[in-house]
Order: sequence, then C-alpha cells, then structure tokens
Amino acid sequence: MFALIDGNNFYVSCERVFDPKLEGRPVVVLSNNDGCVVARSQEVKALGVKMGVPWFQLRDLARQHGIVAKSSNYSLYGDMSARMMALLGRFSPEQEIYSIDECFLGMKGFGHYDLTAYGQDIRARVRQYLGLPVCVGFGATKTLAKLANHAAKKRPEFDGVCDLAALSPVAQDTLLASIDVGEVWGVGYRGTPRLKALGIGNVKDLRDADPKWLRREFSVVLERTVTELRGIPCIDLEEAAPAKQQIMSSRAFGAYVYDLAGLEEAVTTYIGRAAEKLRRQGSVAGAVQVYVRTNPFKEDHPQYQRGLTVPLPDPSDDTRLLARAALAGLKRLYKPGYAYQKAGVMLLDLSDARYTQGALFEADRGNPALMRVMDRINGLWGHGTLRLAAEGVPASNRDWRMRRGMMSPCYTTRWADIPRVS
Amino acid sequence: MIAIPTPQPPRATRPLFLSRVPAGFPSPAEDYVECSLDLNEHLIEHREATFFVRVKGQSMTGAGISDGDLLVVDRSLEAGDGDIVVAVVDGELTIKRLSRRGSHVRLLAEHPGFAPIEFKDGQELTVWGVVTSIVRRLR
Repeated sequence: MFALIDGNNFYVSCERVFDPKLEGRPVVVLSNNDGCVVARSQEVKALGVKMGVPWFQLRDLARQHGIVAKSSNYSLYGDMSARMMALLGRFSPEQEIYSIDECFLGMKGFGHYDLTAYGQDIRARVRQYLGLPVCVGFGATKTLAKLANHAAKKRPEFDGVCDLAALSPVAQDTLLASIDVGEVWGVGYRGTPRLKALGIGNVKDLRDADPKWLRREFSVVLERTVTELRGIPCIDLEEAAPAKQQIMSSRAFGAYVYDLAGLEEAVTTYIGRAAEKLRRQGSVAGAVQVYVRTNPFKEDHPQYQRGLTVPLPDPSDDTRLLARAALAGLKRLYKPGYAYQKAGVMLLDLSDARYTQGALFEADRGNPALMRVMDRINGLWGHGTLRLAAEGVPASNRDWRMRRGMMSPCYTTRWADIPRVS
Repeated sequence: MIAIPTPQPPRATRPLFLSRVPAGFPSPAEDYVECSLDLNEHLIEHREATFFVRVKGQSMTGAGISDGDLLVVDRSLEAGDGDIVVAVVDGELTIKRLSRRGSHVRLLAEHPGFAPIEFKDGQELTVWGVVTSIVRRLR
C-alpha cells in the first residue's frame, strides 16, 4: 500500500498562511521574472485561467475579477515544503519526496488501519501545524495512489482523502471510468492522443487493455503502468535521493546584458549557488561548464549561443576555484555586440569529497575551512551575505537580476521579513 | 526548520591523509565539546510548527509584550482560555489574549486603550498559533 500526499495549490497556499487577506480571493503566483502563471488558487481555476499563461495576457481579467498576482518566493515555498515533508515523514517509516509539494509514503503493515481516517489525521495535522491544505490518496501501487490523490482533490465527496482499496469493485470501476486517461502517472500529454485514437479514453479502458499489445504499440513503460493500475507494484519507493551527478544554476536575466562585466557578475553568482549545493551534498566537481545565449525568440536580433567546459586541475568544492574556471571559460566565450538574455553554469564530473584521489604534487584543493565559514555565514544571514567580490553589489539592483516586483516577504527565512503583528 | 539558524554540524569531508596528526596527548576537553546549550532546544518544542513574529504597537504591554519584541509562536498547540495567541481578525494577524468562558469567546488587549474583540455566535475565531515565548534583546 502507498499514500500520495500533495499540497493543494501549494504556492498560493503558502502565501495565504502569512497573508490571510488572500483567503477566498483569486490569487496567482508568477514564474521567475513575473512571466507566466505557475500556481493558481481555486478561484482562478474557476475563471478558466490555464497554467503557464503569460501574465500580461491576464491583465484585463485580473482587473475585472481582482486577481492578486505574486512573484514566486521560493525561499518561502522551500521552507514550508521542508516543514511539511518533515511532518509527513512521521506518518510512515518510508517516505519518498517526489517534488516540492508532494510525497509518497510506504504503507506496508498499515493493513489493519482505517486508512481513510488516517488520511484525515494527516490532513488535520498539516492544516493545524502549517496552515496548508493537502489531499491524500491511498492505492496498492504508486500509480494507483496518484490516481486516488487526483480523485481526492477533484471530487468533493471524498473530503480530501481517497482510499481506492476501500471502494467496492463496482465503485472503483465507475471512478476509474470517469477519469481521463491523460491523468494517469506516466501517460502525460504525449501519450494521450494516440491512446484515445485507439479507443482508450479513460483509466478503466487503460487498465483493462492488453499489456502485451500496449508494449508492442507503445513501450515497456506503459505496460508497467497497466500492471500498476491492476494493483501489482512495479515502481518502488526511492527513499534517498541519489546524489546529483551534475549541478546547474542558470537564469534568464531581468533585462538584456551587453558587457562582459555584467555576465561575469551573473556567472560568479551562479557559481556561488551551485558550489553551495555541491558542498551540501558532500561532493567535489572536476569540471565547470559555462554558457551564454541571446534570446532565441527575438529572431530579428543577432543570435549567439555557446558553452564551454573548463576542467579543473584538481577536483574542488571551493567557490573561488570554481569561479576562476568559469570566468576563464566565459572570457573565451564572450563576444561583444550581442544582447545576452541568459547565462548558466554546470558543475560536472562530481565525486564524493571523501574519496578524492590525492595528487602526487602540491594540489590546489581550495580552502575547506573558509568555505565552511562562508556556508555558515550565508546560512545565518542569507544568500550572498559573504560572497566573492566579482559577484558585485546586491543593492546595485543590476540589470541581470530577476524581476520580482510582487514578491512577498521571506516570512520564515529572513529575520527582517518575519510577520509583524499588532 | 530553516528559519532557525542552527549551525550545521561540521562534516568530515576531507581526505584523511590531508589532516595533520599531532604527536602527543589528545586534548582532555575533546570528549566534552558537545555539551554546549542550544537556545532552540529551550524555546522550541515543535520545530515544524514554530514560527517567529515581531510585535508592532502597544496593545499587549500589560502582558509584558512590547513593541519590537520577537515572539515564538507554536501552531501545534491547542489554544485555551488565557493563552496569548496570534489570531486572524479581518484578514490581519493580531496578537491578543484569548478569553473563552463557555461559548463566550473574546480577544483581549492588555492595554486600557484597546477594546476587546467579541465573537458572537456563528462568528468563527481563527487562531493562527499560540505564543510560547518572548525574546527581547536589551542592547
């Protein structure tokens, strides 16, 4: 047995916890640079606003219905997510964190429990401790747990918790027949039209289709999905996220950058972030890739895009050595006369810092003590408090920084931003 | 919880052969280094449910809560009569003392200049969290 717990409209709900005025009002959260809608409250969904719509297209509708837009505040969502995952982890010995707002729990040995009641306990706990609404789905496989969660969220009669196994076979069939095949985990947008063309329109159709035939027509993955729909687990919980094999940090700029100095600031900042992640997972990098590009959607602008990988003399996790490599690469990439829209870095060839081969001669591995101090300070007082001079001055509000005009305070991660109550 | 700056325990991530091996006796203090006190432990019972807020204004001075104080708020606790709570009133977070006498629910300020907030039958009081500590820096 598996459970899938998923935050309802997670980003919007996080905003509402600290700004209760937003309760009951239509709210959207926008992507980086305030571009597109990445989260919608129920009220906004009811207005027919789709995910991914550019904000500028919504201006009229927003004025008409009083839609409140928020810039994405990932510090807030990340902290609330970490709290939620820690809480949920106490409801089972096995947990797989699947995304920022959803996780699977292993329910082995919970057979004698009333899972529907257990699911309501989970909801009540997260609601009280964090103020966040969640839905809970239980199923014999991860694929079924996902579907149960979908039902719990979309059908008010389930009151936020759906245990598929608790339904009679007839009720299960009716439910599955009423859910579009595109909702099945792993089918997605691409598989859906072909399945429908072959007469498989809902989840029940898919479950009852011949797996061998599906394997021939589609893939072994879809065969596995069908097996899972029939209640036979094929996909295990992945408890420990494997250490990342590469770490990326990149952003589109808030405004075009033309000069090398601007790109250098951006690249150094990205290296700082990536190196922090690298150290957190206890790895060292053997090479740094840096890339820049212009805006491919501005076809009338001269286009340029290039990346370069710079190997390090010795694997390192030292921000200064990684930045030195990245900046050397950037210098070779940079060509004047272009409007750069994006830059990024990738740390490659990662290995465990503990098992690094020592060089025979003096190796420049950097200064781990300094890096520890840097991570501590930045952990205490926020990103970029202690940084390389090449990153530039944060208050300068340089052009390349993201546009986040409607961002809420970092209520839970920055002392200056904690809620004020009177 | 990210909001509480607990320093991460130092990680031994360097290759062994790079560390220097001092000759002589190990420091007798080495066995005791873990015994320092952590204020988080003292002030925070439920990490996930604990949030910090800053006091604005004078409405709770009678309860020893002043403008600018940092409050530790635990959302996991059931609010009872007499608790100081953060509550939602008209979409705003406010700090008051909860008074619950049977079905008569009120939010009381601790300052003569502020009237109690009454909750009539059918009006629901939303308690955001229970205040468990006041943190005030003197300099």
